[in-house]
Amino acid sequence: MQAASSRVSHRSGTGTYTRVAIALHWIVATVILCTFLLGLYMSRLPFSPLKLRLYSYHKWIGISIFLLVVFRLLWRLTHRAPPHPPDMPRWQRHAANASHWLLYGLTLVIPISGWLMSSASGIKVVYFGLIPLPDLLEKNKPLAEQLVWVHDALNYLMLAVVVLHVAAALKHHFLDRDDVLNRMVPVIKPRSRVT
Amino acid sequence: MIRITAAAAVLLSIFLGDAHAQTVDYSKSQITFTGKQMGVPADGRFRKFTAQIAFDPNKPDTSKAEVTVDLNSIDTGSSESDTEVKSKNWFNVPLFPAAKFTSTSIKQTCADKYEAIGKLSIKGISQDVRAPFTAKAANGVTTFDGGFTLLRLGYKVGEGPWGDTETVANEVQVKFHILLTAK
Repeated sequence: MQAASSRVSHRSGTGTYTRVAIALHWIVATVILCTFLLGLYMSRLPFSPLKLRLYSYHKWIGISIFLLVVFRLLWRLTHRAPPHPPDMPRWQRHAANASHWLLYGLTLVIPISGWLMSSASGIKVVYFGLIPLPDLLEKNKPLAEQLVWVHDALNYLMLAVVVLHVAAALKHHFLDRDDVLNRMVPVIKPRSRVT
Repeated sequence: MIRITAAAAVLLSIFLGDAHAQTVDYSKSQITFTGKQMGVPADGRFRKFTAQIAFDPNKPDTSKAEVTVDLNSIDTGSSESDTEVKSKNWFNVPLFPAAKFTSTSIKQTCADKYEAIGKLSIKGISQDVRAPFTAKAANGVTTFDGGFTLLRLGYKVGEGPWGDTETVANEVQVKFHILLTAK
């Protein structure tokens, strides 16, 4: 029994994420999903006061995501993430690391691309209507249109990586039956205790 | 009859001559505006306008200005909002293609500072406007810089859902920079 449980916990990888890391992950994930959907919705609205309002909210939330991600990254760099399960193939470890860092990168770059887009369109970003952020670019219509494309493309890339990220987490949980999902979703009982 | 016609022609030529005595250098002149959208200043301009100005710094009382702005030439910075502001709720450009300012009096307030008082009509609504400006003459060119604040809702500009002044402020700063060349 002792041997079995130690074998299982060994197989699952040791340790978990800190509570702060877990909270940040889910807060950022939820806010990004909402902001992504808000972006899809507002950009399809006819020009209206509601549209202008939602664009402002979208920008404010986007800047907040950037700040949260900066904090997340600082946390991540100062708190070791739990290792991969030891029996995970090399390519999967690389893929997991790459997709995690790609997600960190995208969640930083996407708000910046939105900010650049706003600057190039000649619309200043005033955080929560209170703090005017500097214009990153001179007003430039053709550039603004290109940046809209960049902002969209980066978002769809992020969507693809998120789908992969979720699929991988579910694969770990249901096929590999390890604790990879559990350590980010503490409400799920660890496999080591189940078996 | 011929005499009357001749007299009329002379009067007309004097009038036209007067009106052409000073011409606006459109390549260097501009009319811009700044609105506030969600508390964020947003600049725009009018690409086309015509101005008849007769200005004598020594006799401001006899000076006159008439400015007609082609509202179809509005540039708000985005094609989406350009289309919107020309629509019925805003300027309703198909029906009211121009905004017009006609001075009723021009006064000197101090050294090179003046004030133009007149009627501004937009969208069929005419209101009194007071526009302080400076006039600086150099090398035969007089440069006017001035502006005023208008309340867009007073002209029914931005009706319906756009009446919400929290999204788009009621106050719009209008600025002009006009170069007048003596001929």
